[in-house]
This record gives sequence, C-alpha cells and structure tokens, in this order.
Amino acid sequence: MATSDSTAMPDPSPEPQAGGSPALRLAAMSPVRLFYWSVRRELWENRFVYIAPLIVAAVFLLGFVIGVVHLPLSHVNASRSPAGHQSLTPLDFASFVVMLTYLVVTVIYCLGALHNERSDRSILFWKSLPVSDVTTVIAKASIAMVVLPLITFAIIVVTQGIMLLASTAALWTRTPILPMWAALLYHLLTVHALYYAPFYGWLLLVSAWARRAAFLWASVPVAAVLILERLVFHTSAFANMLLSRIGGGPAAMPFPPPGNMAMQAPTLANLGAFLASPGLWTGLAACALFLAAAVRLRRYQGPI
Amino acid sequence: MSVIEATGLRKVFGTTIALDGIDLRVEEGRILGLIGPNGAGKSTAINAILGLTPHQGQLRVLGSDPWTARDRLMREVAFIADVAVMPRWFRVSQALDYVAGVHPRFDRAKAEGFIARTAIGRSSRVRELSKGMVTQLHLALVMAIDARLLVLDEPTLGLDILYRKQFYDALLNDYFDRSRTILLTTHQVEEIQNVLTDFMFINRGRIALTCSMEEFEARYAEVTVHPERLAAARELRPLHERQVFGRSTLLFERADRGRLQQFGEVRTPGIADVFVAVIGASTAASRAGGR
Repeated sequence: MATSDSTAMPDPSPEPQAGGSPALRLAAMSPVRLFYWSVRRELWENRFVYIAPLIVAAVFLLGFVIGVVHLPLSHVNASRSPAGHQSLTPLDFASFVVMLTYLVVTVIYCLGALHNERSDRSILFWKSLPVSDVTTVIAKASIAMVVLPLITFAIIVVTQGIMLLASTAALWTRTPILPMWAALLYHLLTVHALYYAPFYGWLLLVSAWARRAAFLWASVPVAAVLILERLVFHTSAFANMLLSRIGGGPAAMPFPPPGNMAMQAPTLANLGAFLASPGLWTGLAACALFLAAAVRLRRYQGPI
Repeated sequence: MSVIEATGLRKVFGTTIALDGIDLRVEEGRILGLIGPNGAGKSTAINAILGLTPHQGQLRVLGSDPWTARDRLMREVAFIADVAVMPRWFRVSQALDYVAGVHPRFDRAKAEGFIARTAIGRSSRVRELSKGMVTQLHLALVMAIDARLLVLDEPTLGLDILYRKQFYDALLNDYFDRSRTILLTTHQVEEIQNVLTDFMFINRGRIALTCSMEEFEARYAEVTVHPERLAAARELRPLHERQVFGRSTLLFERADRGRLQQFGEVRTPGIADVFVAVIGASTAASRAGGR
C-alpha cells in the first residue's frame, strides 16, 4: 500500500487561526448528529437486519398459536417432559430462534458493511459528504454491537409477551417474567455486544479489505490457523480460545443449564466477574485494532 | 488565496506514473475544464484534490491538505463523481434527510425546489429513476450545498443531449457565481466550451496546455483554405491540418489574423480541434507504437 503522504506544509493545528481558511472556521455538525445519521442510513440500507428477525418471530408465533389451539395440554407438557430431557420451553425456544437469526444477520451485515458501498460505487457519494471514516466505521460497528442486540431484545420480549397472552395460565404462573427478561438483556449486552466484539471487528475488517468473497476471506485464515497449529504444534489453543469466546466466556452468564427451567436474573456479582475478566478486555482491544485497520483501509479505498 | 494550489503533484501506482509533477493554480470564480484522453491522469488528479487518494508533492485545497482533512474539507467542497454513485436503495426523501442531517451548508428548501422542477417523485428510490433523473437528483443535492468548490468528474457521461444541456444550464443559471469555483472533466468537450473560463489539457500525467478562454480566442485561429492556396497557407506554419469535405482546415497558433484572412474566413476553433492538434498526434503515435 502506498503511504506517500503529502509533503505539503503540515497544518500547524487542526483548527485554524484567525484569517485562516473559512473552510476551517466553518461550524461542523456535532459528532453525535453525524453518528446518528450514519446509523440511520445503515438501517435504511440494511432493512433485512430487523425484517429477518421479525419474520422469524412471526413464523414462530404462528406455529405457537396453532399449537396452543390444537393441543394446549400436550404442548406445555411435552416441553416439560419428566424424563429430564434438555428440551427448551417454548419461551426459551422463541428467544433461541430469534437470537440465532440475529447472529446470522449480524455476520451478513458485517461482511457487507464496508464491501457493498465499494462494489456499488456509492462510497464516492458517502465520501463527498463531511462524514469521517472513523464516524462511518464506528456507526457500522455499533449496528452489530448495540443496535441489533437491542432490536433482538425488543423482538424477543414482544414475542414472549404475545406467547404468554395466548397461552394458559399455567405458563404465566411458572414463568418468572421479569427476571427472565433481565437475564436476556444481560446476556445480549454482555455476550453479544461486548464479548463477541472481536468477531464483529474481524468481519468488518475483512469487509473493508476483501474485493470479493468476503466470507471466504473471513473464514479461511481462521481455518488455516486452526489447521497449522494442530499440525505444527499438535495443540489446539486457538480452537479452544474461539470456542470459549463463542460460548460466552467464563464470566458471562450462560443460558440456563440443562434441566433448569429459566434463566436466572443476573446479579451484580455476575456483572463484576464479567467486567473483571481479562477475556473481555483483550477482546475489546482486538476489536479496536480491527476497527482501526478498517478505518485506515476505508480511507485508502475507492470503488471496486 | 487560490482555491486549488498544487506544486509538483505526483502519484505513482506501482510502475505506472499517473501524475508526473503537475503544477496547478485555480483561482476563485473560475470554471476549469480538465481535458485529456483516457488514462491521462484526470481522475487521479481529481481524487487527490478530493482527498480520496494520497499523493506526493504539495497540494492545498481551500488552504488544507485534502488527504489529511477530507471530512472537514467536504463542508466546503461538493463533488459528483459520475452518474452512478448515488446509492440505489436511497429514497429521494431519505437523500434529502441524510444530507440535511450531515451537511452544515445544505439548504434543504433549495434542493426541494430544484427537485420540484423535475419529474422525480419524493418517495421514489434511486434504482427506479432513469439515469438522467439520478443525475438531476444528485445535481439538486449538490447545488443546494453552499460550497466554494464544486468538482464534477464526467457528470454527464451516458446522458442524452437534452439532459446534458439542462445539466450545464442549471449549473450556470442556478448555481455558479463569481464566488464559486468549478473543476470539471468531460469527454464532451464541444458542449462545455462556452461554459468554461479556463481549460487544461492533461496527457500522460503531465499538463500539455493551460489556457483561459479569453487567451484561447486570441491565440488560436483556424481557416479553411482553397486547395490552390494550400501551399501558401502552409508556409505560415499551421499547428495542425485536417480535411473537411475535401477542403483543408488549418489551425494556427499565435498567427497574424490579418494575414490569415487572405485565405478565407478566420474562425476561433473548437477546444476539441486544438485538443486533437496538441494531444492527438503524440497519443496516436504512442498507441500505434504500443501495439
């Protein structure tokens, strides 16, 4: 990559002195406002990120309502089979299905986020406006790390609310609704927003870098490291690290253990342990590095 | 202060020299056409001026280095890269919302006024509009930005003549004033000849000719010569000679118009004819030699 920066006189300061260029004296939009509009434009462009989970939730509800109408008793009982199977309750199943959709949607979104604007040449339009590459990349990352977890939470809460309204009183009384939702929000914000951050950073970096086949560029290097480590060192530290991260790490509150009915409400101790775990901070540091690299790439790149 | 000031502007891609040390100065209130064959370095120069690519040499746009200050510079610089960069999923209303949201010098009412004069619907998506309408939309957005420098890179490529004419008419009547500066590239040189105040020929990364339009009219003259008088006319050392309907048209640089008049009516040539004379011969030779 050519890093032939201008040899022109350096700016003495980022902001001008009196009599400097009016371009520099000009009032800017506040960073918050630029960020807000950057996020909005992502949601305009990528409507699938909320439509897909909505469709999945709607299909789920349809199936659930048909099930309740036809076999109300066996339905509830089946999911509480005395054999102690690890079957999920319908409520947990709903949140599992929507969350799975959210994960798939996030991967698709991240891999396209900095790639599509180059392949459709619209990057030239975005770069003609006074929005920095940093703002753009952070807005895109925050879709994966903040906006989508919150949208997922809202969809799950509404879905489960409708299920409760449509079902028998038995489900009501046995379900600790508020702790369940608190646990869900905790899980989404800790595991999906923060602990998975390096995954999103990596996907965005690949998205900014790859000219095509972003998915392959994202997965092949990972597979290569796994294979080489196994063959050369006969170890699987990288694989274990990935699995541990995908699993949410030691400090994140897990889904209910098998046999246990509902997620438990998070406690301050959970949060403290999570915030104190080195895995969280190394992950966030890796995410920051990946995003910084993505910003730099976007600065250099034009349409492909 | 000049709007654009470049000294020794240079850009190398691998072994290809795209810009080979260009000196350029564009003053406020000018409309400069950058004219050159494909691959001459026009787009590279424009990308450097817009802060889209790093460069060597000195370059100042409105007093800033565009590579390090792109996002700040874009508050005062507008550009239309080519006809197809508006995001296809954009709704017209979203485009207005977005630009109003991020641009401190965007006058939304003005943009809506421009759009109202076209057939563009407010709820249409860009992908549903014709190429000409997309350009109208982009131009409406850009003309509503109170920018000091407007850069147009092949803005009318692929549009029919009506849209092209309308584009430049709108630019001159509704946008341009002496406090603004426009830099544009196009292959349709003849159409913009009366739009420009200055032009610059660029070839193989170098500036082949810089000229203001006033200077152009004084400097170049062409005359169609009767075959019998051709030899005499050639003694005045024409820059270029071409055949039109069996008659020879001779292009002269800095020739005495009084002496030329004895051969026929003396006209100011088109920029395109001078372009062919200045650039055409060398480019044709190098293209043929390259094969």
